[in-house]
Amino acid sequence: MRRALLAVGLLAVFVGLWAWVASWDSVDDLTLASPGQTVDAFADDRSLLLDNAWVTLYEVLLGLAVSVVAGVAAALAMHLSRTLRDAAYPLLVASQAVPIVVLAPIFVLAFDYGIGPKLAIVALICFFPITVNVLDGLRSVDPEQLKLMRSFGASRLRTLRSVEIPSALPSFFSGLKVAATVSVIGAVFGEWAGADRGLGRLVLMDNNQLLTARAYAGIVLLTLMAVALFALAGLAERLACPWNRPPRERTA
Amino acid sequence: MQTASTSLGTQVQVRGVTRRYGSVAALEDVSLTVGAGQVLAVVGPSGCGKSTLLELLAGLQEPDAGTVTVDAPGERRDHCAYMPQRDLLLPWRDAVGNAALALECQGVPRAGARDRARPLFERFGLAEFEQARPAELSGGMRQRVAFMRTLLPGRPVLLLDEPFGALDAITRGSMQRWLAGALDAEPRTVILVTHDVEEALLLSDRVAVLSPRPGRVVAELEVPMPRAERTVSDPSLLELRERAMEVLR
Repeated sequence: MRRALLAVGLLAVFVGLWAWVASWDSVDDLTLASPGQTVDAFADDRSLLLDNAWVTLYEVLLGLAVSVVAGVAAALAMHLSRTLRDAAYPLLVASQAVPIVVLAPIFVLAFDYGIGPKLAIVALICFFPITVNVLDGLRSVDPEQLKLMRSFGASRLRTLRSVEIPSALPSFFSGLKVAATVSVIGAVFGEWAGADRGLGRLVLMDNNQLLTARAYAGIVLLTLMAVALFALAGLAERLACPWNRPPRERTA
Repeated sequence: MQTASTSLGTQVQVRGVTRRYGSVAALEDVSLTVGAGQVLAVVGPSGCGKSTLLELLAGLQEPDAGTVTVDAPGERRDHCAYMPQRDLLLPWRDAVGNAALALECQGVPRAGARDRARPLFERFGLAEFEQARPAELSGGMRQRVAFMRTLLPGRPVLLLDEPFGALDAITRGSMQRWLAGALDAEPRTVILVTHDVEEALLLSDRVAVLSPRPGRVVAELEVPMPRAERTVSDPSLLELRERAMEVLR
């Protein structure tokens, strides 16, 4: 509660500073729209902004889903096969060195104008945090625990199911939280490289047409989207891993 | 200890076993015999290879020289129930689920394994804690859940690695009395590794003393009196304790 209040307080300070700077005579409305103008822009063009926001949200969610499936599958495969891990891990790290911004237009060339390139970019940048975190989680199981499972005569699959996967769940959610925040950035890059719809494209166009207030409204929406996805991933984590919270006060 | 097997246990033999890690010898030419239904305590300073000995018996490692035999058909791992020093309960499973884990690993379906674990809770003094998660249990309670997990598959040989080492003195005392009673009620072949000479004398029929690394058996002491009648202040127990400490020094 206290933390939430502090965060809201800091946000208020920021908005206040923003409003103050925007009110200077030397600052043009076209260069810097005020918070009030941003809210007005949102009210005026609500349906346009929301329609485009849904398009972007759709790209983000689909891309996240693809990266979760692919990332978890890749992590499991690398966990089970040492050869595959040794071969693929350096490449996985190297894939993160490729600048996504320049990949976007190439994806548009390859996958055409539709949702394909946006999906590919979102999935590409979300894949890494998920794969790496899940792999770390699977591998960080206490060796004593694995020894105990062997003494029980447990099969490889049983150990994976009963011990390794459950203990990797919190790491999976850490990866998902990182992925959720960067996924929106991916969708925006995808739209910048070529799109006829979407919030990223709208912000870019508004910027070019000096519709500064509406561009700000779009940016605020994109930010809210990423924050909401992060919060949802955190909520899912609390529901899926109740043991990972500090234990309840014992009433003994 | 209500379990599938009520046999007296199985004889275990260790003959001339040596185990090295690289150039460091953990155990050297160790020979021990534990009769069916007997309790052998293994004491020794830290790093003398006590845990290595248990892992060799459990089939988790193989000796570099010598043989380890469990007098029963098939692999020795299938006859030995290994209990490590830490309880290693899975935090996402409730107490019943943790107790049932070893059974599940042998292919018993989850619901059936839980049904077999549940009746033990009363006897282990854990009634009404069936649904509790490990984080909600005290150290002694967690150790009892680990005991249930070890005992449920009904394997005839118990390999206990300092089972009470992580407990406070009071809990340890009551757990020792509980185990002594349980072993009198239903004997098993037990190899109990401990660094506590008193614990060894209270619980075992025979105490093997290991030397510092590399571990060798330097003394074997018989504990003649019945388990139920032993107390720490018993003069003959104190004398045995003196002898064991002498060898350890």
